[in-house]
Amino acid sequence: MAEKIPIYYLGKKHLVPEGVTIMSAIEYSGHRLIRGCGCRGGFCGACATVYRVPGNHQIKVGLACQTRVEEGMDIAILPYYPAQKKISDFKPGDDPVPVLNKMYPEMFRCLGCGACTKICPQDLAVMDYIAEAQRGNLDAVAEMSFDCVMCGLCASRCLAQMVPYNIAMAARRFYAAVFLPRPDYVKGRIAEVKEGRYDKEIDSLVSRPKEELQKLYETRDIECI
Amino acid sequence: MPYPPHFDAALESVAATRNFRKGQEIKRLSDEERTALIADYHPDYRSEGMAPLALGANKGGRVPVELKKMLEAYSLFQPLNINLTEPDYTTDILVVGGGGAGCAAALTANDLGARVLMVTKLRLGDANTLMAEGGICSAVRPEDNPYMHYLDTIGGGHYTNIPELVKALVMDGPEIASWLMDMGVMFDYEEDGSLKVNHCGGHSRKRMLSCKDLTGLELMRVMRDELRDREIPYLEFTPVADLLLDEDGRCAGAVLYNMETGEFNIIKAKAVILASGGIGRLHIQGFPTTNHYGATADGLAVAYRAGAELIHMDSIQYHPTGTVWPEQLLGQLITEVMRGHGAHLVNVEGNRFINELECRDTCASACIRECTKNELGIKTPTGMEGVWLDTPLIPDIQKHFVGIYQRFKKYDIDIQHEPILVFPTQHYQNGGLAINPQAETSVKMLYAAGEVAGGIQGKNRLAGNSLLDIFVYGRRAARSAFEQLKSVETNGNLTAGHLLKWQESLQELGVPKEQQSPIFLPDYTPAGKG
Ligand SMILES: Cc1cc2nc3c(=O)[nH]c(=O)nc-3n(C[C@H](O)[C@H](O)[C@H](O)COP(=O)(O)OP(=O)(O)OC[C@H]3O[C@@H](n4cnc5c(N)ncnc54)[C@H](O)[C@@H]3O)c2cc1C
Ligand code: FES
Repeated sequence: MAEKIPIYYLGKKHLVPEGVTIMSAIEYSGHRLIRGCGCRGGFCGACATVYRVPGNHQIKVGLACQTRVEEGMDIAILPYYPAQKKISDFKPGDDPVPVLNKMYPEMFRCLGCGACTKICPQDLAVMDYIAEAQRGNLDAVAEMSFDCVMCGLCASRCLAQMVPYNIAMAARRFYAAVFLPRPDYVKGRIAEVKEGRYDKEIDSLVSRPKEELQKLYETRDIECI
Repeated sequence: MPYPPHFDAALESVAATRNFRKGQEIKRLSDEERTALIADYHPDYRSEGMAPLALGANKGGRVPVELKKMLEAYSLFQPLNINLTEPDYTTDILVVGGGGAGCAAALTANDLGARVLMVTKLRLGDANTLMAEGGICSAVRPEDNPYMHYLDTIGGGHYTNIPELVKALVMDGPEIASWLMDMGVMFDYEEDGSLKVNHCGGHSRKRMLSCKDLTGLELMRVMRDELRDREIPYLEFTPVADLLLDEDGRCAGAVLYNMETGEFNIIKAKAVILASGGIGRLHIQGFPTTNHYGATADGLAVAYRAGAELIHMDSIQYHPTGTVWPEQLLGQLITEVMRGHGAHLVNVEGNRFINELECRDTCASACIRECTKNELGIKTPTGMEGVWLDTPLIPDIQKHFVGIYQRFKKYDIDIQHEPILVFPTQHYQNGGLAINPQAETSVKMLYAAGEVAGGIQGKNRLAGNSLLDIFVYGRRAARSAFEQLKSVETNGNLTAGHLLKWQESLQELGVPKEQQSPIFLPDYTPAGKG
């Protein structure tokens, strides 16, 4: 068994095995999580955690399911953080800046403090993508914010009181729905299916005995990598 | 410190054979060879892992013992004591589960003009859907077609799939892709504006559409945003503890459990769509899992006691490449697409032992054989075992697999230069509630969609087919529920009679009172681990 180190969860001391994640350590200390845990794999953002370590004045953050315990750390998992979301309102032909401005005018009040970027557990350049959003560069916002798990930490720190992750969400959807290519073959295939182009072929498979299917399957041609 | 010195020798062997392996062809197995390999090594074939059900629609059918405990279990409340005459909520369509299938159902029902309420266990979107990395398969390219998709799916499922369900899956596929694009999902594209498509295990065509290596996250957050845009009501941390029927045996509501206050509430509905996902957190045969925290088979338990039939519930999918080291990442998925991009599976001597593009059950069985009978696994200092996934073979891995690259970097393992130690991990429930192409279960007005339903994928699901399945059947469930609704003018009174009867049968069988379900969440505290 690994060495035990002390941690403080909600101010109470527990001895936990070295090297485990914050989430495992909290569970090891006897707490069964309801809030603060979703996917356990670093995807969902349910487990945004703030902590401090001895001898350091700085506030640190991480996802509890992805971050290893440190000796003496003082931990709280954020159960919930209130956020505003505006109803999406964009269509082809719309200019990005007025659309985003109408949805989230507070976006232009960014003070440039960088607290959002500093706190992001996904290491996203939050402040910079907000700057791109102000300029209407949706593709840049989409790329820069893509790994966002919407944990809420940026919103908890923003001096201009905006909810950066919802602004990024709107920008990504706007970008994808309106500006990404739409290959014609997708529409074409849907039409073919509707017209019944594949019905006969597929019905012949639906009713085929296993042995025949197996022969077809094993001799089917496979596209090269 | 990357891997501890313990791994030095095994790391040297894998590096030493890398160049040779690049040009090595490994033949795919014949059907007989594959069947034999699976029968000998797949966990589904371990007889001590399965037991027959003692009651219910599938009486006598074999299921994993951990699931049997959930199915042959008492309600969390005393059925006699609940007041069904004054429901706390009423709606037309109750959607159970806030993952991909549930959102697809709720959005589609809303399109049609139905009154919808969604209830979910954790937060909206905390679900297996959000964790999918690889992508979603749909036969949209000119080089591909639904016919080939059908053949791949049914062959991959070893011809156990229900043919009509596969037909609906592959035929609806293109429409689903387009529906997701319209909603604003950021799929990957090539420079020329065509969709980027990946190869993946068992598919004969490149047909997996992706959103970098966070496909599920992107799908889930877009659907969640759309649900909020439309102001569709949903209740979080409020799972279903049981289903309620009306006097005619139609599903007509549910008992909800408030996880934070411990209260039970009653909801009356004209139709119920179950989309509560999978079973990974039951840790079948002690396997680690890739699944989210709430994957505890609740939907199967409540539907089974309401009389619904199951199919293929003896079939669990183990993903061949779950993480073994570092232990903090135990069980977490390493996407199939890595093998699609050329990463080899390699044993302690540096040799490949299977064609990496074989189906999941085949690759998983081969990994288990390597670590058991062949004794060629790589042992960890903590007593686990695995084989290498040789990631340095993938060019620009840090670009294509940002998420995985970063995750290992946190533990000082650089997958550009070092392989990943992997072993099968419990990933997906192949079986589930039996449905027809209209997503109807054997209980009237109860629909099932997504991982909780079975038969579509047969006894072995192909990569990328589940994300398609949840949307196809989520949408189908909503449409057929809406159609049927019109004929249900008002339901009769709610009853819990089926729960009382179930309780009596369990007592007759001598099932101990403590055996209750659903469990909602696993218990990882020292007390819960026992
Ligand atoms: C790590 C991982 C990677 C994957 N990668 C891929 C991939 O690349 N491609 C692919 O096709 N498939 C993939 N899969 C499989 C696929 O993601 C899932 O099978 C699919 O998303 C399931 O969708 P669902 O909506 O049925 O269930 P889920 O998305 O799990 O949603 C179920 C929801 O129901 C809730 N719930 C559970 N019980 C109750 C209850 N009692 N009451 C109310 N709500 C309840 C859950 O909390 C959850 O929110 C992957 C799965 C995992 C775990
Ligand atoms: S639990 Fe989902 S990110 Fe940690």
